Amino acid sequence: MPGFRGRDILSIRDFSKADIDAVLKAARRMIPVATGKKVSRSLEGKLLSTLFFEPSTRTRLSFESAMSRLGGRVLGFSGTEGTSVAKGETLADTVRMVEAYSDAIVLRHPQEGAARLAAEFSEKPVINAGDGAGQHPTQTLLDLYTIWDEKGAFEGQHVALVGDLKYGRTVHGLAYALAELGATLAFVSPPTLEMPREIIGEVKERGLSFRTAHKLEDVIRDADVLYVTRIQKERFPDPQEYEKVAGSYRVDMDLLKDAKRDLIIMHPLPRVQEIAPEVDRTKHAVYFKQAFNGVPVRMALLDLILGGGP
Amino acid sequence: MKELRVTPIKNGTVIDHIPAGMALKVLKILGIGDHVSSTVTVAMHVPSQAMGWKDIVKVEDRELATREIDKIALIAPSATVNVIRNYSVAEKRRVSLPDRALGILKCANPNCISNTREPVESEFLVRAKGPLRVVCKYCDRELEDIAAHIV
Repeated sequence: MPGFRGRDILSIRDFSKADIDAVLKAARRMIPVATGKKVSRSLEGKLLSTLFFEPSTRTRLSFESAMSRLGGRVLGFSGTEGTSVAKGETLADTVRMVEAYSDAIVLRHPQEGAARLAAEFSEKPVINAGDGAGQHPTQTLLDLYTIWDEKGAFEGQHVALVGDLKYGRTVHGLAYALAELGATLAFVSPPTLEMPREIIGEVKERGLSFRTAHKLEDVIRDADVLYVTRIQKERFPDPQEYEKVAGSYRVDMDLLKDAKRDLIIMHPLPRVQEIAPEVDRTKHAVYFKQAFNGVPVRMALLDLILGGGP
Repeated sequence: MKELRVTPIKNGTVIDHIPAGMALKVLKILGIGDHVSSTVTVAMHVPSQAMGWKDIVKVEDRELATREIDKIALIAPSATVNVIRNYSVAEKRRVSLPDRALGILKCANPNCISNTREPVESEFLVRAKGPLRVVCKYCDRELEDIAAHIV
């Protein structure tokens, strides 16, 4: 495996098992710094550009937190109003300019393939922070970190991905990576929001086991991890149909009666009504910890890419 | 003497061994429509020892660019391209599928960055050759109807 230094982070598919392992271990070492218990200056003097062509709360703030915790600094924009982009500048030109101002670029863009394009025009490393319905590799890595940190391993874990599996971008990369790492998958969604054929094809090509279901009740007994995603209202032409579907994928205390004692429930957030608030107080709920994990995981990546990491 | 269904040409290109039924798509790739100044001959559903049935396209006074041959490879990987100069075959080329299809296909995903005015050519990675499967380098989507997306 070539080192991480100077490398683009575009898709989870570019990561070998060894790469993922290196990031997860580095992230764990970052926890004391991420929580403010230890001070690090490892990226002092380094500048990170965050180009958010689309609004984002968690991803942008956790990148800023990660860079600042390591002693580096951040510049950038969120939303394109008032920037040269609003005047019609191409992404290629924006990237060529920003590359000269900083040591690495974090990009969130509404179109698929934007990060790969940006990487072609930039000598400095580009980190994909979400490109349309495409990839969001740092989210995938923080999801993997959360499972690994809570469960200690991937092999043999029964992971149920629940909700909008068709359009939900976080579940595609995660399904691919989990299959690669040896987890047993269940895809639970309404018939209209099933996992895309390509992803199922990739899981099958690796000869890995998975099942599909339309009801949470069908998977709750076996699950070690329940990864819940938001079902978006705008995917349904009929609001009544939405209410019906959304209601049937709700995780509440009643459903959890049948769950394993050490089941963990994850969610990329923001949630609307997929998880009942009373679930937050149970030991199963790890979604806020998962959101925090974005910081050490992004610290690990920044340190590996920009610092003197392995 | 055996009668030739398609007569020899003096100068130009003969595209032979096109899978039966694909000749019209080859014409489309070559941009043969209303404004053509030379003779174009199309033979469809011709018996072939190797293929059973095949199509043939002859274009007079024209030699093909590499990019045109690459496009033909996408829909007719078995085709041969013969360059004719003064009634004889000056060059015989078998089309070959490149590993990357650069600038000859358009991504079907309307939200793909390659479909915007960014200064890049479309690029597809050939994932499998028989049957042909290609994936957009930018958005990772597999192109469903390849013939319909040739630029």
